[in-house]
Amino acid sequence: MSAAGSPGGHHASVARAWRAAALFALLVVPVLAPPFWITLLNYIGLYSIVALGLVLLTGVAGQTSFGQAAFVGVGAYTTAFLSINYPAISPWLNLIVGVGLTALIALFLGFITLRMKGHYLPLATIAWGISLFYVFGNLEFLGGHTGLTGISVLNLFGLPLRNERYFFYLIWAIALASLWMTQNLLDSRPGRAIRALKGALEMAEAFGVDAVRLKIIVFVYAAVLACVSGWLYAHLQRFVNPTPFGIGQGIEYLFMAVVGGAGSVWGAVVGATLITLLKQVLQDALPHLLGREGNFEVAVFGVLMIVLLQRTREGVWPWLARLLPGPVPAPVSAPPPGTALARRERPHHDAPLLAVDRARKQFGGLVAVNDLSFELRAGEILGLIGPNGAGKSTMFNLISGALPLTRGEIRFVGAPIGDLQPFDIARRGIGRTFQHVRLVPTMSVLDNVALGAYLRGHAGVLRAALRLDRAEESRARAEAAAQITRVGLEGSLHAAAGSLALGQQRIVEIARALAADPMLLLLDEPAAGLRYREKQELAALLRNLRKEGMTILLVEHDMDFVMGLTDRLVVMDFGEKLAEGLPAQIQNNPVVLEAYLGAV
Amino acid sequence: MDLSIALLLVQDGITNGAIYALLALALVLVFTVTRVIFVPAGEFVTYGTLTLAALQLNKPPGTVGLLLGLAAVAGTMEVYAAVRDRALRRLPRRLALYVAVPVVIAALVWVVAPAGLALPLQIACTVAIVTALGPLLYRVAYQPLAEASVLVLLIVSVAAHLTMIGLGLWFFGAEGSRTPPFTGESLHVGDMSFSGQSLLVLLFSIAVIGALWVFFDRTLYGKALRATALNRTGARLVGISPNLAGSLTFMLAAMLGAFSGVLIGPITTIYYDSGFLISLKGFVGAIIGGLSSYPLAAAGSLLVGLLESFSSFWASAFKEVIVFTLIIPVLLWRSLTTHHHEEEE
Repeated sequence: MSAAGSPGGHHASVARAWRAAALFALLVVPVLAPPFWITLLNYIGLYSIVALGLVLLTGVAGQTSFGQAAFVGVGAYTTAFLSINYPAISPWLNLIVGVGLTALIALFLGFITLRMKGHYLPLATIAWGISLFYVFGNLEFLGGHTGLTGISVLNLFGLPLRNERYFFYLIWAIALASLWMTQNLLDSRPGRAIRALKGALEMAEAFGVDAVRLKIIVFVYAAVLACVSGWLYAHLQRFVNPTPFGIGQGIEYLFMAVVGGAGSVWGAVVGATLITLLKQVLQDALPHLLGREGNFEVAVFGVLMIVLLQRTREGVWPWLARLLPGPVPAPVSAPPPGTALARRERPHHDAPLLAVDRARKQFGGLVAVNDLSFELRAGEILGLIGPNGAGKSTMFNLISGALPLTRGEIRFVGAPIGDLQPFDIARRGIGRTFQHVRLVPTMSVLDNVALGAYLRGHAGVLRAALRLDRAEESRARAEAAAQITRVGLEGSLHAAAGSLALGQQRIVEIARALAADPMLLLLDEPAAGLRYREKQELAALLRNLRKEGMTILLVEHDMDFVMGLTDRLVVMDFGEKLAEGLPAQIQNNPVVLEAYLGAV
Repeated sequence: MDLSIALLLVQDGITNGAIYALLALALVLVFTVTRVIFVPAGEFVTYGTLTLAALQLNKPPGTVGLLLGLAAVAGTMEVYAAVRDRALRRLPRRLALYVAVPVVIAALVWVVAPAGLALPLQIACTVAIVTALGPLLYRVAYQPLAEASVLVLLIVSVAAHLTMIGLGLWFFGAEGSRTPPFTGESLHVGDMSFSGQSLLVLLFSIAVIGALWVFFDRTLYGKALRATALNRTGARLVGISPNLAGSLTFMLAAMLGAFSGVLIGPITTIYYDSGFLISLKGFVGAIIGGLSSYPLAAAGSLLVGLLESFSSFWASAFKEVIVFTLIIPVLLWRSLTTHHHEEEE
């Protein structure tokens, strides 16, 4: 499956042939097709652009909006108003004004809703969609419910686009460009973070992702795509009224994304096509069938939606994708010498690295960690052990920043880190894994590990979408590949992380932590749920890392695993330190035996 | 504006606000127990009004057909699930709940409708039909997705809302209906006069809110629902079925919708698609209560009613805009007071 060389090459050439055929079809369609079909295809293109934004927002980032039609309206009305009242201004400048306006509104809506749970954004966008519809319909200077007519003709390189056939090329050029940009974005540093927002948010934040900021950016991105579609619509129709920008159309856009398959950019095009054609058919057939005029197709859409969500939440695209050649993973090449990601300076062997000084954590009246102190020196593996409920995980969370200290101090390379947020702690050189594996299951192992290097890159959404991030991206991928090789999973580079066995997934988590170039590795019960062989492999890997100079803090309750591996042990019980020393000493410590081993 | 107009607007606002409060309570109830954002609440209101209007014309209402259709689908789903899981023993009880009860209600209304009932009986029939739709909707649309994310459930809700609008158009036609007032009396206190209709709405809303309080605080089922709302898995472990809790919640919510529909019928003309705006105003009230607090949701709904009636006096064209803009300061305040941002469940 991951084999390179001739099968991949054959694959790639088939994919190229498909692309060429599709492009050719797009070029000749306007010449051959009857006007009715061109109109329909133009609308499919316009809808695809909007649905594409929702694929990113809903399918990938796990947020949603019912107000996309209103953003389409902002784009359409901005250019309509400006081109009628200030005909000297180029419609292309109007587009910039519309995009700016849209971005401001989306920023504001995102800012007030996206820090809270996911259902506030859709609710706010319903209210926004309805409000804007009434604003359009009641403002005199926007023509009220009759709307605005006489919008100027769009010129492209001096060629007036009066004809729907000409417009076809512009619409589909923009639609394909949007698809290309969104696809690029998903395959990049910010894209990996966006893909982690749904379901692995805590993990993303632990690797330095500012999740709220990223969600707002994605929402603005989707709104801007909607605005561009509205601008095209206004110049295609050359008149606007409030009807196509109401909440009903906003809901339909979301349906397009969900029906098509909100997990892939092509789902937007498939969904826009299916819903548009289905609506056309139903609008003709249903009034005949029921003997009455009316928008009965919404009821059919509703039922279709419910059945689809109950059967599959993936939409139609994955099913279609099976018929087409799959994407070929890009080969990972080593970056030219001297351009690899910068590494941080290592502390000397045996220098004090982490000092926990009377750390205390209280939950109400319960003291989970009671004035615990211990020290960790560079290059050692320290095991933090204890029976269930001893407070090990709480101590772990205090170091990783997931929980704030009640009292006491934690110092890392001399600087206090007790009050820092997880991403700040990550920035200082502490990498971590999760007790319950937190990988993005649909992403490749390579992408999952590259997410660990998030803080070592800088590429933003715009640079990624325009493919200006390739130099940095190849360094990040090379670093990820190197870490995957270091942990011995080079055979699974391009496999989906969710397809690996649990033991391998834990190893991927370690590789991801290593990709952040940490000085200290925090491992939260890495052996939990592993089989005997997997444990042995894990122990061998950790010994190797120690040999390379890595410092490791291991929270674990599997005694056999810990005894043969660690240099020193700290034993906790009821939030307090029970004992500290070499594994052999601990093994024979009567207090420990009574509290812990005695129970076994 | 003089004092008498202001008083009239206040009275109007409180009357509408009381109806929105009933809906806001239904929305909070459904969200806390099932995590469903109950967008189709408004369709239960319109179905309530339009069913009553049909009964007043001595016609069997179209909702009877919907009840039978949904019962057929729910029955098929139960039979399929029972055969698949080889659990035929539970089938009779489920069929009684999802098929027999709705069929009996539908048959009864079908038979008595042409006879011309007294108003209280018409109302009883209306509430019975619309209430019976609630558990069926839960069974058919939501129960198979009970473990899905809030977002997926929200999309299902919007889909159910659209379906019910389309069916409403089919059953009741595009013409609006207004039901006659329950009473023409009015109460005079000094210079002020209060319409009997408004007082009735207010009293009834207070009574329903009181009854809900008793149900949740004093009865076993009510406590079970509260337990499910707090912790679904925990509730299941102590023997509370989440499916039963969901059906019961939807029944209560549908009943609140039906009551709202009966109450709003004499105040405004209701069309098949009027429900969305009405339920959204309930949503604004519920959002003010953070989708979790009943008293705040009720207070928020009164605020929505008042804001609506005053803005319809000053800027009637922008009435809806002003009401929906109200959620912006609320969301802003909530967002600024949310310290760490919240993770999805």
